[in-house]
Amino acid sequence: MIWDKEFETLPREALEALKLKRLQDLVKRVYATVPFYKKAFDKRGVKPEDIKSVDDLKRLPFTTKQDLRDNYPYGLFAVPLEGVVRIHASSGTTGKPTVVGYTRKDIETWAELMARALSAAGVTKSDIIHNSYGYGLFTGGLGLHYGAERLGASVIPMSGGNSKKQIMIMEDFGSTILTSTPSYALSLAETADEMGVDFKKLKLKAGLFGAEPWSEGMREEIEKKLNLSAMDLYGLSEIIGPGVSVECMETKNGLHIFEDHFIPEVINPKTCEPLPYGERGELVFTTLTKEAFPLIRYRTRDISVLNPELCMCGRTFVRMERVSGRSDDMLIIRGVNVFPSQIESILMNIEGIEPHYLLIVDRKGTMDTLEVQVEVNERVFSDEIKNLQILGKRIEKDIKDFLGVSTIVKLVEPKTIQRSEGKAQRVIDKRNI
Amino acid sequence: MKIDQISVFLENKSGRLAKVTRVLGEAGINIRALSLADTTDFGILRLIVNDSQKAREVLKENGFTVGKTEVVAVEVEDKPGGLASILGILSDHDINVEYMYAFVEQSGENAIIICRFDETDKAIDVLQKNNIAILKGEKLYQF
Repeated sequence: MIWDKEFETLPREALEALKLKRLQDLVKRVYATVPFYKKAFDKRGVKPEDIKSVDDLKRLPFTTKQDLRDNYPYGLFAVPLEGVVRIHASSGTTGKPTVVGYTRKDIETWAELMARALSAAGVTKSDIIHNSYGYGLFTGGLGLHYGAERLGASVIPMSGGNSKKQIMIMEDFGSTILTSTPSYALSLAETADEMGVDFKKLKLKAGLFGAEPWSEGMREEIEKKLNLSAMDLYGLSEIIGPGVSVECMETKNGLHIFEDHFIPEVINPKTCEPLPYGERGELVFTTLTKEAFPLIRYRTRDISVLNPELCMCGRTFVRMERVSGRSDDMLIIRGVNVFPSQIESILMNIEGIEPHYLLIVDRKGTMDTLEVQVEVNERVFSDEIKNLQILGKRIEKDIKDFLGVSTIVKLVEPKTIQRSEGKAQRVIDKRNI
Repeated sequence: MKIDQISVFLENKSGRLAKVTRVLGEAGINIRALSLADTTDFGILRLIVNDSQKAREVLKENGFTVGKTEVVAVEVEDKPGGLASILGILSDHDINVEYMYAFVEQSGENAIIICRFDETDKAIDVLQKNNIAILKGEKLYQF
């Protein structure tokens, strides 16, 4: 289902023309209102009138997370605070969070984009959306919420946590759509299992999951355990929150980026050179319509590939492959680049392994070590030591074969790896201590 | 002829074995025999209890990974050479023992050997044909 047929199926030529017009307006606006951008443009010798094609975007400087921190909290806002009706902040795991603001129109735009995303996943106004994204500074909860209301669906503002109550409400309220992080969806599946609740008897038919990288194997696991169709939803608070791109239910093959609002680029994260379609690199977004907190060429650190092929669902937007990792959670183990999501994919291909794992990186002398903790459930357990040792060796061999890095697999008791209610913590790197 | 054995996955950290025995004790389950096999990282606790169904349930409720296997309890005269003669017969028939553990009957005359074979049915057959006493589950659970 397409929410905004006019814009989501705009012929490419008309879309390019719209992007250019919006880009030119944006550049003029930020040059005039945000001192940070004026300074950065002047330093590069670029004037707003130099932007004559969408391709000229390449002449503009990048904006990084560090720039956001340096201008904490309101330095990059393009409107006075009187015009701002909402403030969110990203989960600042290190140092200060990054702060983003929205005008009333930005909130409107965001709700529209989330209504598009929900529609793409097959959600209609007769659905009951069980929203387990966290409500608060995090954009997930409220972003989904406004989109659901815009669409006209009934939204249950669950937020994360209190899993038993979540299952009870799902059962009693007849939730048809689940929205959460993928790791929390699996955690809910475990809770239901403990409570003896069978997802086949619930009314859930689809789910939108995002806010952390997840693998195709994890999708299969979620679909099987929760008995629903799982779609990937992408966004980040700096750009707007959830609703930057989404998979369509027709193909579940790449996420349609709402290009009439965001221009995507993929760059080589080391050289910053823009890469052509089809090449893997770091995603960069320019927000075309945001008023309070516009961003020029924002480096997301998310790794993906752009695919311009037209999709059978009818949307004309370019698609991004599911995020395979973040350039800043890439681990370098004895010189080999490893993304936690790659290890997850390998684990998911082994029958019976739970999608909960923990990577512990350490250094013994001059050598990096990577320990992979995997839980032993009944499906892989054996009364014979040798069978468990074979399992451990098999995982080590698969990782070595696929990624070229040696690991130590440690089998741990069930549910000893911490379950997240929001974004999962997959890596403990002890090397910096 | 087969005996239910339950096995429990344990990480090598202090207090885990104590937890298993406490859980079983509180549920009123009596342990008849046990063996603990360990590696550097983990161990497998194998148990014969008087109520294996209930033992599995309470252990699972407490978050343990529990498995069930069928083993054979062989009665051996408690004297030199008793075990050797039985293993000799099994070996002659190409039957492998995956692991085994033993305890002495309360009367003190016989030893009970709990055996996990690679081919359980064939092992039972061979043992019976050679007139070696195999304990029935009910008897073992009730001692």
